[in-house]
Amino acid sequence: GGGGGAEEEELTAQETALYDRQIRVWGVDAQKRLSKAHVLVCGVNGTTIEFCKNIVLAGVGSLSLMDDHIVTEDDLNSNFLIPHDESVYGGKSRAEVCCESLKDFNPMVRVAVAKGDPSLIDGTFIDRFDIIVLSRASLKTKLFINDNCRKRSKHIAFYSVDCKDSCGEIFVDLQNHSYLQKKPGGEPEQQELKYPSLQVWKFNLNFFCRFVEIKSFSSCALLFCTPSLFAPRIRFV
Amino acid sequence: PSRAAKVLMVGAGGIGCELLKTLALSGFSDIHVIDLDTIEVSNLNRQFLFRKSHVGQSKAHVARDAILKFRPNINIESHHANVKDAQFNVDFFKQFNVVLNGLDNLDARRHVNRLCLAAEVPLVESGTTGFLGQVTVHVKGKTECYECQPKPIPKSYPVCTITSTPSKFVHCIVWAKELLFAKLFGDKNQDNDLNVHSKDGSSSKLDVFERDVDEDLDQYAQRIYDHVFGYNIEVALENEETWKNRRRPNPVYIRDTLPEAVKQNGSSWDCSNDHEEPSAMASLGLTNPQEIWTLAENSRVLLEAFKLFFEKREKEIGNLVFDKDDQLAVEFVTAAANIRAHSFGIPLHSLFEAKGVAGNIVHAVATTNAIIAGLIVIEAIKVLQDDYKNYRMTYCLEHPTKKLLLMPVEPFEPNPSCYVCSETPLLLDVNTKVTKLKEVIDKIIKSKLGMNLPLVMIGSTLVFEDGDGLEEDEAANYALNLEKVLAELPAPVINGTKLTVEDFQQELSCSINIKHREEFDEEKEPDGMVLSGWSAPVEKQINSNGENKSAASSSSARATDDTVEDPSKPGMKRKLDELLETKENCDASSSAQVVEDDDDCTMLDGNPALIKKKRLQ
Repeated sequence: GGGGGAEEEELTAQETALYDRQIRVWGVDAQKRLSKAHVLVCGVNGTTIEFCKNIVLAGVGSLSLMDDHIVTEDDLNSNFLIPHDESVYGGKSRAEVCCESLKDFNPMVRVAVAKGDPSLIDGTFIDRFDIIVLSRASLKTKLFINDNCRKRSKHIAFYSVDCKDSCGEIFVDLQNHSYLQKKPGGEPEQQELKYPSLQVWKFNLNFFCRFVEIKSFSSCALLFCTPSLFAPRIRFV
Repeated sequence: PSRAAKVLMVGAGGIGCELLKTLALSGFSDIHVIDLDTIEVSNLNRQFLFRKSHVGQSKAHVARDAILKFRPNINIESHHANVKDAQFNVDFFKQFNVVLNGLDNLDARRHVNRLCLAAEVPLVESGTTGFLGQVTVHVKGKTECYECQPKPIPKSYPVCTITSTPSKFVHCIVWAKELLFAKLFGDKNQDNDLNVHSKDGSSSKLDVFERDVDEDLDQYAQRIYDHVFGYNIEVALENEETWKNRRRPNPVYIRDTLPEAVKQNGSSWDCSNDHEEPSAMASLGLTNPQEIWTLAENSRVLLEAFKLFFEKREKEIGNLVFDKDDQLAVEFVTAAANIRAHSFGIPLHSLFEAKGVAGNIVHAVATTNAIIAGLIVIEAIKVLQDDYKNYRMTYCLEHPTKKLLLMPVEPFEPNPSCYVCSETPLLLDVNTKVTKLKEVIDKIIKSKLGMNLPLVMIGSTLVFEDGDGLEEDEAANYALNLEKVLAELPAPVINGTKLTVEDFQQELSCSINIKHREEFDEEKEPDGMVLSGWSAPVEKQINSNGENKSAASSSSARATDDTVEDPSKPGMKRKLDELLETKENCDASSSAQVVEDDDDCTMLDGNPALIKKKRLQ
């Protein structure tokens, strides 16, 4: 079963053994919070599966995949989660096939398919998530979902990513984000970041966004680093 | 065209798994992989080509199989072997268009560097530790080789710090691991700096650590405890000089820390299930490895672990070497280090933290490896396209400076005084009248110069050769030479003599000019010889990760540095220049100049006009 909603406070011996090396990076607290977190990924492609791999290996509570497109030969090119076996992927959606592969990466994480269309999901549906990652969506859909994330009483983090040829783009909205910044030789300092919504950002291009030049590189490992939501001690701009 | 390239990957671990995946997705179809390791549970948080069911199997083979599942038509040849093996000679390397390293130790990296130079094959090097990482490009004649810049060597501590005046937790760990644990459970014939003499001359025993015939296990354990934590400290306190400017340690005795234990003889603790791995923590009901135990708890763990070794693992005693995956050994060392730390006023640490220090564990996450693997492929493609103006050394930072996560820097030109890729003679200060050839070979030629199977010549006289295929009489002759002092070798080595040393496999040859010197400073020059004229490695904040331990005496105890004192805390503070002298895995060039770039953008293949080429002084 998944780690989400676990009653026990301490990590199990199994978790400690598996996550040893990363706990030494971000600490036990972050690991525990990670194990209670729920993530939704809309749009399964080369970019987002890289993220899915990383977040599942890290031990997130649950991961839901939304992508009803049926797997085609094109998908085989940039998706290492799809085995070259038509008997496995034939007639199935991208979400379904990748879900099965991802479960293998970490049996302690609950990976599931969420059927539906991102442009139609409602507020109550997204309430069960802490993070939503969107890819290859229209601007309208991005605005719609980002707006919904901001409207809910619980802060839902919003990421929108796209990669095309050798360029990549990511938009991040963590709303009001507080974290601890380590000062050299001193006590960690509490910091606050106020992220603009996509709506606001669109009209104010001075805010930071990153364009990363990637030559002939289809999957975008660079854009998905540590989930900054879980480890407030680590600031990842 | 780059897709037709033949690529060699050395290492199928953290970086290797990500790299193999990325290479496959990028269209590479002819790949060789070498890795000597087998899969462990702690690998599975990032080495995603492996599953729990693969634990114990070869990384190279399993990685290959996993990739073929989504790229069945590419050619991958996997070698479960050590890259230093003779089969991977210059001819082997010559068949590749580029070599990509995903290694975790300096020794292998140097070896591969030399083979790449000899074979004239470009090398893309890399390393990661936690959130830090870097990728560097090495092309013979065009850029520095991997060894042009000094690489930090693992930190070692002076004997007296370990045996008498520890001031950091790591010193206590080294003491617990290399002295106490080794003395009690390791090879009895090994030299050991622990004081073995007892309080009163009345004891007929030469060695207090020897168990008396029929001595009760509890009593034996407590006796050792009192000896190392009580008596030995009292002896040390007698030397006033030592403590003039230092905090005096407190002796610790069992009667004070565990008064009830003294009265009870015979085990009254819960016996652990015979079928499970014996564990003191389990016996005592301690469940949280992150918890810092009290002095009393540490003492209980120590005694219990001690007893469990003798009760359940008696056969291994005398042969045990500390292994970070040996739970009982880790418990023992943690407890012993903590008790010692308590004596010396050093903060105690949890088992989790102690294990990291004692086991030289490198912290690691999947994401950094994924980033680095991506960068490796980008550089590899540039190399294959001979796009040398755009080669970059890229550093992946933990705390972005000027909002740059990735810092690209132009490679330096080759170092003209690099003894590996240029032809520079070295200078060795040594006492030729008392130093044996064996010592020079071990401490200098194999250790500092990193040669694997060296050959030593004086003029045209071959005085030593290493490797298989030696005739019996040749081997006997060399064995004799090893024991001779330099001045008495068949071709005498005296002031001004020039030695030629070669490693045939690495195709590395260098000259060492000898300078005779009588006196050497014991503290500063503990080897009794000094090599100069090469870029001497800087002994800085290093984590010696899985370093093959040299045959160095127990006095130069190798250990991690205090930067891993807090391994559970993320993001250890690093300034950019600290970054460059840091963890072994992360071998960054120590004098790389940072590009000051005011843009908010991270351009990986930045405008070369912006980045000025930096030359060496």
